[in-house]
Amino acid sequence: MAAEGKAIDALSQFELSTTLGPIGAAVNFTQSNLHMVYAAAFAILLMTVGMGARALVPGRMQSLAESAYEFIMGMVTEQVGEEGKRYFPFVFALFMFVLLGNAIGLLPYAFTYTSHIVVTFGLAAMVIVVVTGVALARHGWHFFGYFFPEGAPLWLAPIIIPVEIVSYLSRPLSLSIRLFANMVAGHVMLKVFATFVVMLGGLGVVGPVLSILPLSINVALMGFELLVAFLQAYVFAILTCIYLHDAVHLH
Amino acid sequence: MPQFQDPLLLSQAVWLLIIFGVFYFVLSFFVLPRVGSVLEDRAARITADLEAARASKQQADAAMAELSAATAKARAEAQAAVAAALAEATAKAQAESDVLNAKLAEQINAAEARIATARDAAMAAIGSVATETASALVSKLMGKADANAVQAAVSRTLASRGAA
Repeated sequence: MAAEGKAIDALSQFELSTTLGPIGAAVNFTQSNLHMVYAAAFAILLMTVGMGARALVPGRMQSLAESAYEFIMGMVTEQVGEEGKRYFPFVFALFMFVLLGNAIGLLPYAFTYTSHIVVTFGLAAMVIVVVTGVALARHGWHFFGYFFPEGAPLWLAPIIIPVEIVSYLSRPLSLSIRLFANMVAGHVMLKVFATFVVMLGGLGVVGPVLSILPLSINVALMGFELLVAFLQAYVFAILTCIYLHDAVHLH
Repeated sequence: MPQFQDPLLLSQAVWLLIIFGVFYFVLSFFVLPRVGSVLEDRAARITADLEAARASKQQADAAMAELSAATAKARAEAQAAVAAALAEATAKAQAESDVLNAKLAEQINAAEARIATARDAAMAAIGSVATETASALVSKLMGKADANAVQAAVSRTLASRGAA
Protein backbone atom coordinates (compact mmCIF):
# COMPACT_ATOMS: atom_id res chain seq x y z
CA MET A 1 0.00 0.00 0.00
CA ALA A 2 3.01 2.27 0.45
CA ALA A 3 4.76 2.78 -2.85
CA GLU A 4 2.89 1.30 -5.74
CA GLY A 5 4.64 1.81 -9.03
CA LYS A 6 7.16 4.24 -7.53
CA ALA A 7 4.46 6.82 -6.88
CA ILE A 8 3.81 8.24 -3.47
CA ASP A 9 0.20 7.48 -2.65
CA ALA A 10 -0.55 9.55 0.44
CA LEU A 11 -4.29 9.91 -0.03
CA SER A 12 -5.57 6.35 -0.32
CA GLN A 13 -5.43 6.10 3.48
CA PHE A 14 -8.45 8.40 3.58
CA GLU A 15 -10.61 6.21 1.34
CA LEU A 16 -13.74 4.85 2.90
CA SER A 17 -14.86 1.27 2.69
CA THR A 18 -17.69 -0.59 4.31
CA THR A 19 -16.88 -2.90 7.17
CA LEU A 20 -18.54 -5.57 9.31
CA GLY A 21 -19.13 -7.77 6.29
CA PRO A 22 -22.48 -7.87 4.46
CA ILE A 23 -24.38 -6.24 7.32
CA GLY A 24 -22.08 -3.22 7.26
CA ALA A 25 -22.26 -3.10 3.50
CA ALA A 26 -26.06 -3.18 3.63
CA VAL A 27 -26.21 -0.07 5.87
CA ASN A 28 -23.04 1.54 4.46
CA PHE A 29 -21.28 1.28 7.80
CA THR A 30 -17.70 2.38 7.03
CA GLN A 31 -14.44 1.68 8.80
CA SER A 32 -14.47 5.35 9.75
CA ASN A 33 -17.72 4.79 11.67
CA LEU A 34 -16.26 1.70 13.29
CA HIS A 35 -13.42 3.83 14.65
CA MET A 36 -15.99 6.29 15.96
CA VAL A 37 -17.54 3.40 17.87
CA TYR A 38 -14.09 2.42 19.17
CA ALA A 39 -13.44 5.97 20.37
CA ALA A 40 -16.85 6.32 22.01
CA ALA A 41 -16.58 2.91 23.64
CA PHE A 42 -13.08 3.68 24.87
CA ALA A 43 -14.21 6.97 26.40
CA ILE A 44 -17.24 5.37 28.06
CA LEU A 45 -15.13 2.48 29.31
CA LEU A 46 -12.49 4.81 30.71
CA MET A 47 -15.10 6.83 32.55
CA THR A 48 -17.04 3.86 33.93
CA VAL A 49 -14.30 1.32 34.68
CA GLY A 50 -12.11 4.10 36.01
CA MET A 51 -14.86 5.33 38.30
CA GLY A 52 -16.00 1.82 39.21
CA ALA A 53 -14.32 1.89 42.59
CA ARG A 54 -15.81 5.28 43.48
CA ALA A 55 -12.81 5.54 45.80
CA LEU A 56 -12.27 8.51 48.04
CA VAL A 57 -8.59 8.42 47.17
CA PRO A 58 -8.51 7.65 43.44
CA GLY A 59 -6.29 5.05 41.84
CA ARG A 60 -4.60 5.51 38.46
CA MET A 61 -7.61 4.88 36.23
CA GLN A 62 -9.92 6.87 38.44
CA SER A 63 -7.41 9.74 38.49
CA LEU A 64 -7.34 9.70 34.70
CA ALA A 65 -11.14 9.73 34.47
CA GLU A 66 -11.42 12.46 37.09
CA SER A 67 -8.70 14.53 35.42
CA ALA A 68 -10.56 14.39 32.11
CA TYR A 69 -13.80 15.35 33.86
CA GLU A 70 -12.27 18.19 35.81
CA PHE A 71 -10.23 19.46 32.86
CA ILE A 72 -13.35 19.98 30.74
CA MET A 73 -15.44 21.10 33.72
CA GLY A 74 -12.79 23.73 34.50
CA MET A 75 -12.75 24.85 30.87
CA VAL A 76 -16.54 25.16 30.72
CA THR A 77 -16.93 27.03 34.02
CA GLU A 78 -14.01 29.30 33.21
CA GLN A 79 -15.21 30.20 29.71
CA VAL A 80 -18.98 30.10 30.07
CA GLY A 81 -19.49 30.54 33.80
CA GLU A 82 -21.71 28.67 36.24
CA GLU A 83 -24.58 28.54 33.69
CA GLY A 84 -22.25 26.61 31.40
CA LYS A 85 -22.40 23.49 33.57
CA ARG A 86 -25.59 22.48 31.74
CA TYR A 87 -23.61 22.19 28.51
CA PHE A 88 -20.69 20.36 30.10
CA PRO A 89 -21.71 16.89 28.80
CA PHE A 90 -21.86 18.23 25.26
CA VAL A 91 -18.39 19.81 25.44
CA PHE A 92 -17.03 16.72 27.16
CA ALA A 93 -18.45 14.45 24.48
CA LEU A 94 -17.00 16.65 21.73
CA PHE A 95 -13.57 16.84 23.36
CA MET A 96 -13.37 13.09 23.96
CA PHE A 97 -14.71 12.26 20.50
CA VAL A 98 -12.18 14.50 18.75
CA LEU A 99 -9.25 13.64 21.04
CA LEU A 100 -9.75 9.89 20.77
CA GLY A 101 -10.47 10.17 17.03
CA ASN A 102 -7.14 11.94 16.56
CA ALA A 103 -5.25 9.64 18.92
CA ILE A 104 -6.67 6.31 17.73
CA GLY A 105 -5.92 7.42 14.17
CA LEU A 106 -2.20 7.40 15.02
CA LEU A 107 -2.24 3.65 15.67
CA PRO A 108 -1.05 1.49 12.74
CA TYR A 109 -3.87 0.31 10.43
CA ALA A 110 -6.32 2.62 12.22
CA PHE A 111 -8.51 5.12 10.42
CA THR A 112 -8.56 8.79 11.42
CA TYR A 113 -12.17 9.89 11.13
CA THR A 114 -11.25 13.49 12.05
CA SER A 115 -9.38 13.67 8.74
CA HIS A 116 -12.69 13.76 6.94
CA ILE A 117 -14.18 17.19 6.38
CA VAL A 118 -17.65 15.65 6.43
CA VAL A 119 -17.05 14.45 10.00
CA THR A 120 -15.42 17.62 11.29
CA PHE A 121 -18.03 19.75 9.60
CA GLY A 122 -20.75 17.54 11.05
CA LEU A 123 -19.35 18.13 14.54
CA ALA A 124 -18.93 21.86 13.92
CA ALA A 125 -22.45 22.11 12.54
CA MET A 126 -23.70 20.37 15.68
CA VAL A 127 -21.85 22.98 17.74
CA ILE A 128 -23.37 25.86 15.80
CA VAL A 129 -26.87 24.38 15.96
CA VAL A 130 -26.56 23.86 19.73
CA VAL A 131 -25.05 27.32 20.28
CA THR A 132 -27.71 29.05 18.20
CA GLY A 133 -30.43 27.01 19.89
CA VAL A 134 -29.10 27.98 23.33
CA ALA A 135 -28.93 31.65 22.33
CA LEU A 136 -32.49 31.64 20.92
CA ALA A 137 -33.84 29.79 23.95
CA ARG A 138 -32.21 32.16 26.42
CA HIS A 139 -32.67 35.48 24.65
CA GLY A 140 -35.43 34.98 22.11
CA TRP A 141 -35.50 37.81 19.56
CA HIS A 142 -32.74 39.68 21.41
CA PHE A 143 -30.39 37.12 19.93
CA PHE A 144 -30.51 39.00 16.62
CA GLY A 145 -29.16 42.07 18.41
CA TYR A 146 -25.96 40.09 18.51
CA PHE A 147 -25.36 40.99 14.89
CA PHE A 148 -25.43 44.71 15.60
CA PRO A 149 -23.31 45.75 18.61
CA GLU A 150 -24.92 48.29 20.89
CA GLY A 151 -23.59 51.83 20.59
CA ALA A 152 -22.37 51.45 17.04
CA PRO A 153 -23.46 54.32 14.78
CA LEU A 154 -26.65 53.41 12.96
CA TRP A 155 -25.35 54.38 9.52
CA LEU A 156 -22.73 51.63 9.87
CA ALA A 157 -25.46 49.00 10.14
CA PRO A 158 -25.41 48.04 6.44
CA ILE A 159 -21.72 47.18 6.81
CA ILE A 160 -21.64 45.78 10.33
CA ILE A 161 -24.62 43.44 10.08
CA PRO A 162 -23.46 41.52 6.99
CA VAL A 163 -19.94 41.31 8.42
CA GLU A 164 -21.26 39.94 11.72
CA ILE A 165 -23.49 37.44 9.94
CA VAL A 166 -20.63 36.24 7.76
CA SER A 167 -18.35 35.93 10.76
CA TYR A 168 -21.04 33.98 12.62
CA LEU A 169 -21.57 31.64 9.71
CA SER A 170 -17.86 31.18 9.19
CA ARG A 171 -17.48 29.73 12.66
CA PRO A 172 -18.40 26.17 11.71
CA LEU A 173 -16.20 26.43 8.62
CA SER A 174 -13.11 27.56 10.54
CA LEU A 175 -13.84 25.04 13.28
CA SER A 176 -14.13 22.12 10.89
CA ILE A 177 -11.42 23.11 8.38
CA ARG A 178 -8.85 23.69 11.17
CA LEU A 179 -9.27 20.18 12.54
CA PHE A 180 -9.60 18.53 9.12
CA ALA A 181 -6.54 20.30 7.67
CA ASN A 182 -4.37 19.54 10.70
CA MET A 183 -5.21 15.86 10.66
CA VAL A 184 -4.87 15.48 6.87
CA ALA A 185 -1.54 17.32 6.83
CA GLY A 186 -0.17 15.22 9.65
CA HIS A 187 -1.21 11.91 8.14
CA VAL A 188 -0.05 12.84 4.63
CA MET A 189 3.36 13.76 6.03
CA LEU A 190 3.57 10.54 8.00
CA LYS A 191 2.65 8.58 4.88
CA VAL A 192 5.09 10.46 2.63
CA PHE A 193 8.05 9.89 4.95
CA ALA A 194 7.01 6.29 5.53
CA THR A 195 7.02 5.82 1.74
CA PHE A 196 10.51 7.34 1.61
CA VAL A 197 11.65 4.73 4.11
CA VAL A 198 10.37 1.93 1.89
CA MET A 199 11.69 3.49 -1.34
CA LEU A 200 15.17 4.19 0.08
CA GLY A 201 15.24 0.74 1.65
CA GLY A 202 15.09 -0.75 -1.82
CA LEU A 203 18.10 1.21 -3.14
CA GLY A 204 20.87 -1.36 -2.91
CA VAL A 205 23.54 -1.14 -0.21
CA VAL A 206 23.35 2.50 0.93
CA GLY A 207 19.55 2.54 0.83
CA PRO A 208 18.82 1.04 4.25
CA VAL A 209 21.37 3.44 5.82
CA LEU A 210 19.83 6.45 4.12
CA SER A 211 16.34 5.33 5.07
CA ILE A 212 17.20 5.97 8.70
CA LEU A 213 16.73 9.67 8.01
CA PRO A 214 13.03 9.63 6.99
CA LEU A 215 12.41 7.03 9.69
CA SER A 216 13.75 9.30 12.41
CA ILE A 217 11.71 12.16 10.94
CA ASN A 218 8.63 9.94 11.25
CA VAL A 219 9.46 9.19 14.89
CA ALA A 220 9.62 12.91 15.61
CA LEU A 221 6.46 13.48 13.57
CA MET A 222 4.64 10.87 15.64
CA GLY A 223 5.36 12.80 18.85
CA PHE A 224 4.36 16.00 17.12
CA GLU A 225 1.13 14.42 15.90
CA LEU A 226 0.30 13.32 19.45
CA LEU A 227 0.66 16.95 20.51
CA VAL A 228 -1.48 18.08 17.58
CA ALA A 229 -4.09 15.43 18.44
CA PHE A 230 -4.49 16.85 21.94
CA LEU A 231 -4.13 20.46 20.86
CA GLN A 232 -6.79 20.24 18.15
CA ALA A 233 -9.24 18.55 20.52
CA TYR A 234 -8.50 21.29 23.05
CA VAL A 235 -9.00 24.03 20.46
CA PHE A 236 -12.25 22.46 19.31
CA ALA A 237 -13.56 22.24 22.87
CA ILE A 238 -12.46 25.70 23.93
CA LEU A 239 -13.89 27.35 20.80
CA THR A 240 -17.16 25.57 21.53
CA CYS A 241 -17.00 27.01 25.05
CA ILE A 242 -16.33 30.51 23.71
CA TYR A 243 -19.29 30.26 21.30
CA LEU A 244 -21.44 29.00 24.18
CA HIS A 245 -20.31 31.98 26.25
CA ASP A 246 -21.44 34.32 23.48
CA ALA A 247 -24.75 32.46 23.29
CA VAL A 248 -25.33 32.62 27.04
CA HIS A 249 -24.19 36.21 27.59
CA LEU A 250 -24.62 37.79 24.08
CA HIS A 251 -21.32 39.72 24.26
CA MET B 1 -9.02 13.69 -2.37
CA PRO B 2 -11.30 10.94 -1.07
CA GLN B 3 -12.68 13.40 1.49
CA PHE B 4 -14.52 15.27 -1.27
CA GLN B 5 -15.57 12.54 -3.70
CA ASP B 6 -15.96 9.26 -1.83
CA PRO B 7 -19.39 7.72 -2.47
CA LEU B 8 -19.68 6.75 1.23
CA LEU B 9 -19.33 10.33 2.55
CA LEU B 10 -23.01 10.84 3.23
CA SER B 11 -23.52 7.54 5.02
CA GLN B 12 -20.39 8.24 7.06
CA ALA B 13 -21.92 11.54 8.19
CA VAL B 14 -25.25 9.91 9.03
CA TRP B 15 -23.51 7.25 11.10
CA LEU B 16 -21.49 10.03 12.76
CA LEU B 17 -24.71 11.68 13.92
CA ILE B 18 -26.07 8.39 15.23
CA ILE B 19 -22.86 7.35 17.01
CA PHE B 20 -22.19 10.79 18.47
CA GLY B 21 -25.82 11.06 19.56
CA VAL B 22 -25.65 7.75 21.41
CA PHE B 23 -22.24 8.69 22.84
CA TYR B 24 -23.59 12.01 24.12
CA PHE B 25 -26.71 10.36 25.55
CA VAL B 26 -24.76 7.67 27.42
CA LEU B 27 -22.26 10.20 28.71
CA SER B 28 -24.71 12.80 29.91
CA PHE B 29 -27.27 10.42 31.47
CA PHE B 30 -25.18 7.57 32.84
CA VAL B 31 -21.45 8.14 32.87
CA LEU B 32 -20.81 11.77 33.78
CA PRO B 33 -23.35 12.03 36.64
CA ARG B 34 -21.57 9.14 38.39
CA VAL B 35 -18.21 10.89 38.07
CA GLY B 36 -19.78 14.11 39.28
CA SER B 37 -21.33 12.43 42.29
CA VAL B 38 -17.98 10.88 43.28
CA LEU B 39 -16.31 14.27 43.03
CA GLU B 40 -19.11 15.92 44.99
CA ASP B 41 -18.93 13.24 47.69
CA ARG B 42 -15.23 13.85 47.99
CA ALA B 43 -15.66 17.63 48.18
CA ALA B 44 -18.38 17.20 50.83
CA ARG B 45 -16.20 14.80 52.79
CA ILE B 46 -13.24 17.18 52.68
CA THR B 47 -15.42 20.10 53.75
CA ALA B 48 -16.87 18.06 56.62
CA ASP B 49 -13.42 16.91 57.71
CA LEU B 50 -12.10 20.46 57.62
CA GLU B 51 -15.11 21.59 59.63
CA ALA B 52 -14.49 18.84 62.21
CA ALA B 53 -10.83 19.76 62.40
CA ARG B 54 -11.72 23.41 62.93
CA ALA B 55 -14.18 22.48 65.68
CA SER B 56 -11.59 20.26 67.35
CA LYS B 57 -9.06 23.05 67.24
CA GLN B 58 -11.54 25.42 68.82
CA GLN B 59 -12.23 22.87 71.54
CA ALA B 60 -8.54 22.39 72.15
CA ASP B 61 -8.01 26.14 72.33
CA ALA B 62 -10.82 26.45 74.86
CA ALA B 63 -9.39 23.61 76.95
CA MET B 64 -5.98 25.25 76.79
CA ALA B 65 -7.40 28.57 77.98
CA GLU B 66 -9.29 26.80 80.75
CA LEU B 67 -6.14 25.02 81.83
CA SER B 68 -4.06 28.17 81.95
CA ALA B 69 -6.81 29.95 83.88
CA ALA B 70 -6.97 27.08 86.38
CA THR B 71 -3.19 27.13 86.72
CA ALA B 72 -3.16 30.85 87.38
CA LYS B 73 -5.94 30.50 89.93
CA ALA B 74 -4.17 27.63 91.70
CA ARG B 75 -0.95 29.61 91.79
CA ALA B 76 -2.73 32.63 93.29
CA GLU B 77 -4.43 30.46 95.88
CA ALA B 78 -1.17 28.79 96.83
CA GLN B 79 0.54 32.15 97.18
CA ALA B 80 -2.31 33.43 99.36
CA ALA B 81 -2.11 30.31 101.56
CA VAL B 82 1.66 30.68 101.91
CA ALA B 83 1.31 34.34 102.84
CA ALA B 84 -1.44 33.58 105.38
CA ALA B 85 0.57 30.78 106.99
CA LEU B 86 3.61 33.03 107.13
CA ALA B 87 1.63 35.84 108.78
CA GLU B 88 0.06 33.43 111.26
CA ALA B 89 3.40 31.93 112.18
CA THR B 90 4.94 35.39 112.60
CA ALA B 91 2.05 36.52 114.80
CA LYS B 92 2.26 33.36 116.92
CA ALA B 93 6.01 33.71 117.33
CA GLN B 94 5.55 37.35 118.25
CA ALA B 95 2.92 36.50 120.84
CA GLU B 96 5.05 33.73 122.32
CA SER B 97 8.07 35.93 122.54
CA ASP B 98 5.95 38.68 124.12
CA VAL B 99 4.73 36.27 126.79
CA LEU B 100 8.26 35.02 127.37
CA ASN B 101 9.59 38.56 127.58
CA ALA B 102 6.93 39.50 130.08
CA LYS B 103 7.71 36.44 132.21
CA LEU B 104 11.42 37.14 132.07
CA ALA B 105 10.88 40.77 132.97
CA GLU B 106 8.76 39.69 135.91
CA GLN B 107 11.47 37.28 137.09
CA ILE B 108 14.07 39.97 136.62
CA ASN B 109 12.00 42.40 138.68
CA ALA B 110 11.48 39.83 141.42
CA ALA B 111 15.17 39.02 141.49
CA GLU B 112 16.07 42.67 141.59
CA ALA B 113 13.65 43.17 144.49
CA ARG B 114 15.21 40.24 146.32
CA ILE B 115 18.65 41.63 145.67
CA ALA B 116 17.53 45.04 146.97
CA THR B 117 16.08 43.54 150.18
CA ALA B 118 19.17 41.41 150.67
CA ARG B 119 21.38 44.43 150.19
CA ASP B 120 19.23 46.50 152.50
CA ALA B 121 19.44 43.72 155.07
CA ALA B 122 23.16 43.47 154.55
CA MET B 123 23.52 47.24 154.78
CA ALA B 124 21.44 47.27 157.95
CA ALA B 125 23.55 44.48 159.42
CA ILE B 126 26.82 46.16 158.46
CA GLY B 127 26.49 48.74 161.25
CA SER B 128 26.12 46.19 164.07
CA VAL B 129 28.82 43.94 162.58
CA ALA B 130 31.20 46.93 162.31
CA THR B 131 30.35 47.99 165.85
CA GLU B 132 30.95 44.48 167.21
CA THR B 133 34.22 44.20 165.28
CA ALA B 134 35.32 47.65 166.38
CA SER B 135 34.31 46.86 170.03
CA ALA B 136 36.26 43.61 169.92
CA LEU B 137 39.31 45.37 168.42
CA VAL B 138 39.15 48.22 170.92
CA SER B 139 38.66 45.88 173.89
CA LYS B 140 41.61 43.75 172.74
CA LEU B 141 43.79 46.82 172.39
CA MET B 142 42.63 48.80 175.39
CA GLY B 143 41.17 46.24 177.73
CA LYS B 144 37.78 47.75 177.63
CA ALA B 145 35.58 49.60 175.22
CA ASP B 146 33.09 52.29 175.58
CA ALA B 147 30.24 50.76 173.63
CA ASN B 148 28.46 54.04 172.98
CA ALA B 149 31.61 55.82 171.69
CA VAL B 150 32.44 52.92 169.36
CA GLN B 151 28.94 52.84 167.97
CA ALA B 152 28.99 56.58 167.40
CA ALA B 153 32.35 56.41 165.64
CA VAL B 154 31.22 53.55 163.45
CA SER B 155 28.03 55.38 162.54
CA ARG B 156 30.01 58.50 161.66
CA THR B 157 32.46 56.63 159.55
CA LEU B 158 29.70 54.78 157.73
CA ALA B 159 27.85 58.02 157.17
CA SER B 160 30.97 59.75 155.85
CA ARG B 161 31.58 56.93 153.34
CA GLY B 162 28.09 57.36 152.12
CA ALA B 163 27.17 53.77 152.63
CA ALA B 164 23.70 53.15 153.75
